[in-house]
Amino acid sequence: MKSNYDVIVVGAGPAGSIAARTAAEQGLDVLLIEKRQEIGDPVRCAEGTGKMGLSQFIEPDPRWICAEVTGARIFAPDGTCIELNEKLAGKEVGYVLERKIFDRAVAKTAARAGAEVQVKTQATSLIKENGVVCGIKGKHRGEDFEARAKVVVGADGIESKVGKWAGINTTLKPKDIETCAQFLVTDIDIRADSCDFYMGNLRAPGGYVWIFPKGKREANVGLGMLGSRFTGKHPIDYLHEFMAWKFPEGKIIETVVGAVPASGMLKQLSTSGLVLVGDAGRVSDPITGGGIYNGMVSGRIAGNVLADAIKANDLSVKKLQRYDREVREALGKQLDRNYKAKEFVVKAEDSLMNSVARSLHGVNFEEMSVPKLLKEIITRNPSMFLELAGLF
Amino acid sequence: MITVNRYRCGYCGACVSVCPRDALDLVETYIEVDDKCSNCGICTKVCPMGALELVEDEE
Ligand SMILES: Cc1cc2nc3c(=O)[nH]c(=O)nc-3n(C[C@H](O)[C@H](O)[C@H](O)COP(=O)(O)OP(=O)(O)OC[C@H]3O[C@@H](n4cnc5c(N)ncnc54)[C@H](O)[C@@H]3O)c2cc1C
Repeated sequence: MKSNYDVIVVGAGPAGSIAARTAAEQGLDVLLIEKRQEIGDPVRCAEGTGKMGLSQFIEPDPRWICAEVTGARIFAPDGTCIELNEKLAGKEVGYVLERKIFDRAVAKTAARAGAEVQVKTQATSLIKENGVVCGIKGKHRGEDFEARAKVVVGADGIESKVGKWAGINTTLKPKDIETCAQFLVTDIDIRADSCDFYMGNLRAPGGYVWIFPKGKREANVGLGMLGSRFTGKHPIDYLHEFMAWKFPEGKIIETVVGAVPASGMLKQLSTSGLVLVGDAGRVSDPITGGGIYNGMVSGRIAGNVLADAIKANDLSVKKLQRYDREVREALGKQLDRNYKAKEFVVKAEDSLMNSVARSLHGVNFEEMSVPKLLKEIITRNPSMFLELAGLF
Repeated sequence: MITVNRYRCGYCGACVSVCPRDALDLVETYIEVDDKCSNCGICTKVCPMGALELVEDEE
């Protein structure tokens, strides 16, 4: 490891790896560090993502695609089912990945573009001079080190500290975090081409249960609940209950736990000498929990903005704020809308979810888009107009 | 003080993300709690596994 770089990226998830790759592709001297000894492991994800979005960043490879899905089914608490085709189901379906392999593959593209990658290397604080971030302090296999950079990229995920060290408050409130538990379950009857969602406050308060196929008889079965809805039972307890109900014979071959920011994007994503990408910037979708694609989008924008700024030798706060603007342009509208939608959905009683699902009976979802679906909900449930109208 | 049941912990970092004092840290499979902790207990509520507990300090 050297002591000086153009850019240091902290965290080798999809967002950090894409930021590192983009910057390295533009000729910058980049260090990508990951505190764990294995990139991508342990997994903290249900591994669903859209085909179109993903292929903007990396050539699809059967080594990290477990399943392709063509639709989704949403089950209301009373069992009423809404079926959505692939187009409507949106960005969170298409592929179910093997993230252990996927995250590594993305990191490899950063390495091949010229970035130096170091694992078992943790950032523990920032080097700051006159209020400007100009590097990191850390531990590399237990040894203290310091490395300087023109810009540090915080790509350190949900548990992000890099932003806090620079004075950006990234602490999540319990009402803005979905905490999750998941099993990889084998030898079960599932629909191998559909992502299924089960709603209901008894099953997952302020969240939902998902079943994402990973093969013909294998699936990620997991759930997220809103942190503020904790009343003594943890996600793992709800998951055991769901398993007992739906897959009593299922064999559990992996346990995954984690949390997704459901806060919407941070108001501030950059400061002097620092930008935040991916979950560290809270760009994951507050309603679906999807963060792989959004993380990569923010990573690419960061890489490009930093390359421009460094080439122009202008690392002023104003110049880096272009990153905030571009991320907001790319993702802000959807994240704001989905934050409002989340605030509505987490307060919904089971009876309301049932009546909305029943009201949609017979709608031709083949020909609809998401905004059309929302309009259809309002048309069929005029009393919800005031709450949902703001979502357009 | 906060205790971590290391046998139950899934080392996911959910607790780290909600700590208002930045008193928690996740290193591989190990949650560290430092003395900035104010015993607010928020972390115990978001732990997916129920691995964290707020217990009375021993004298
Ligand atoms: C249970 C669950 C299910 C999910 N399901 C989906 C889904 O189906 N589809 C989807 O799109 N998204 C899903 N997500 C969200 C998705 O996993 C995240 O949004 C995504 O991984 C964020 O990518 P990232 O690169 O920002 O951060 P991460 O992938 O979290 O990577 C951050 C990396 O930074 C490292 N790091 C942290 N601190 C330091 C440090 N100080 N020094 C060095 N390294 C550090 C971490 O070890 C980690 O490897 C899910 C999340 C959870 C928890």
